Amino acid sequence: MNTMQAPALIKHPAALALANRHRLRLWEPLPWLLAIAYFFAFPNHLGFGTELLVTILFALSLDLALGYAGIVTLGHAAFFGAGAYTIGMLAKHGIWSEPITALIMAAAVAGLIGLASGLVLLRTTGLTLLMLTLCTMALLEEAANLWHEYTGGFDGLDGLEIPPLFGTFEFSPLYPTTQYLYVLAVLFLCFLFVRTLVYSPFGQSLTGIRENMLRMHAVGAPVNRRLVTCYAISAAIAGIAGGLWAQANAYVNLSTLSLDRSATVVIILVLGGYGRLYGAFVGAVAYMVLAHYLAKIYPTAWQLGLGLMLVIIALFARNGILGIGAALLKRLHIGRSA
Amino acid sequence: MTARALETRAVSKRFGALTAVQDVNFRLEAGARHALIGPNGAGKTTFINLLTGVLAPSQGQVLLNGDDITAVSEADRVKRGIARTFQINRLFRGLSVLENVYIAVAERMGAAPIMIKPAGSRSDVIEESMRLLELLNLQDDAQHRISELPYGRQRLVEIAIALGLNPKVLLLDEPAAGVPSSESHMILDVIDQLDPDIAVLIIEHDMDVVFRFAKKITVLVAGAVLTEGTPQQIASDERVRAVYLGQDTQHGIAS
Repeated sequence: MNTMQAPALIKHPAALALANRHRLRLWEPLPWLLAIAYFFAFPNHLGFGTELLVTILFALSLDLALGYAGIVTLGHAAFFGAGAYTIGMLAKHGIWSEPITALIMAAAVAGLIGLASGLVLLRTTGLTLLMLTLCTMALLEEAANLWHEYTGGFDGLDGLEIPPLFGTFEFSPLYPTTQYLYVLAVLFLCFLFVRTLVYSPFGQSLTGIRENMLRMHAVGAPVNRRLVTCYAISAAIAGIAGGLWAQANAYVNLSTLSLDRSATVVIILVLGGYGRLYGAFVGAVAYMVLAHYLAKIYPTAWQLGLGLMLVIIALFARNGILGIGAALLKRLHIGRSA
Repeated sequence: MTARALETRAVSKRFGALTAVQDVNFRLEAGARHALIGPNGAGKTTFINLLTGVLAPSQGQVLLNGDDITAVSEADRVKRGIARTFQINRLFRGLSVLENVYIAVAERMGAAPIMIKPAGSRSDVIEESMRLLELLNLQDDAQHRISELPYGRQRLVEIAIALGLNPKVLLLDEPAAGVPSSESHMILDVIDQLDPDIAVLIIEHDMDVVFRFAKKITVLVAGAVLTEGTPQQIASDERVRAVYLGQDTQHGIAS
């Protein structure tokens, strides 16, 4: 057997591909440039833009759990809502409202709920897990509903007073320029973190758990600990998304904890392509823009159009919009080299 | 006395009324080339699951180098040097061959919990993974996804992942199962060339493979050890013939 020397092994194309796969690709600044361009091009639609960025962050948090670690959940709004209510209750009761530190608290609260529930839930898989995530969310929703005195119950908490960012930039509900840039900056930081995480050895082991959990046990991985860690991180990021939503809108209500929100974010991720990092971006843009225009054209039946699109994606493009793109590129590439 | 790598003492496993493994005393010596044979349903895979800690025995003990590891978890047994392959592929199908092995090697080298550095920065893990792939002649497939590989090569990745754990004891559960005979020689060659320091236990139906490979054979029937001995002893054992005749005449046991 001809044994290659170590340097030759490291220079093998496969080794190089793995060693360099985390490198920034040429097109990767594009979403951020588009987001900045949007700021200047649509100054009257920054409210929509802010909502979109928050949704991207929420979908990104789900991608970490669902797309990378394969944790099936229909209850991710539990953490979105936990973050939102943390901001809302702290501000409404005059305890704490400085935006950035409050956001960190929102992340901590959601992360702790993720950790605690994950320790119990992640012993199960499949449908049982799905049901339990749903239950966690429903429990929180009902708690927020019943605990009227603190949460505002069914009415939620409105008129939250969020002090200016860094003491200078006002959050204005009518001209949400501060909100847009603030949410964009937080999204960017969270994205950098998630991107680092998924390309790390830890992220690689999460994909191993997704692809074959039994084999991960057989290679000696502490599967449960990895899953709980991932779930808690994902929950904390979802909490940040919820916290941003509450700060940007200056209110919180039960919709932040609803099944509707949980299901929508799953749809967004499936639409964009899960386990692909940018699926959250593509899915959120596609879903929200489509929902916006369909609602304009067919105010009564706009969800029909979305439903149809989802059926088509589920039937013909399991890997979402990004999956279609990747398949087309591959075909183009083969066509060229043939 | 020869050093004992892995040992069971009166180990039994019951599933309700069914006794899958009954009172088995078994010894796998260090560096052994040992085969475990027996008809379908004899409890061979259950026995492997008891050795690796996937299942807990109803009774009895499992020992590694004299230490009682009956209560040690599957993951911790891997850390102590017990690795296995599966009868039916359990691979990370959506990932590349190199990533499959990387996951095992990173786990063994303690790199897997790292969150803030890219996987590519651990060139030691990549190098080790590539070295293993080269050893198994898989280097040209390193970038391919498992789902793109022919079945025989997938079986080799099964072995590569197990070897990535740097085992002292390797349990091969029908390594050539389902592989067309035109490809099975690659797998047999690999098994022949395994490090002599590794104690290997192979479960196999194909008697040609068993007799080519094993220095010692244990015959399991209905969950209990029927007999144990050298290939010659087993081949001439009337009871073994009786068990196999009519059941697996295709591979005449004494051939």
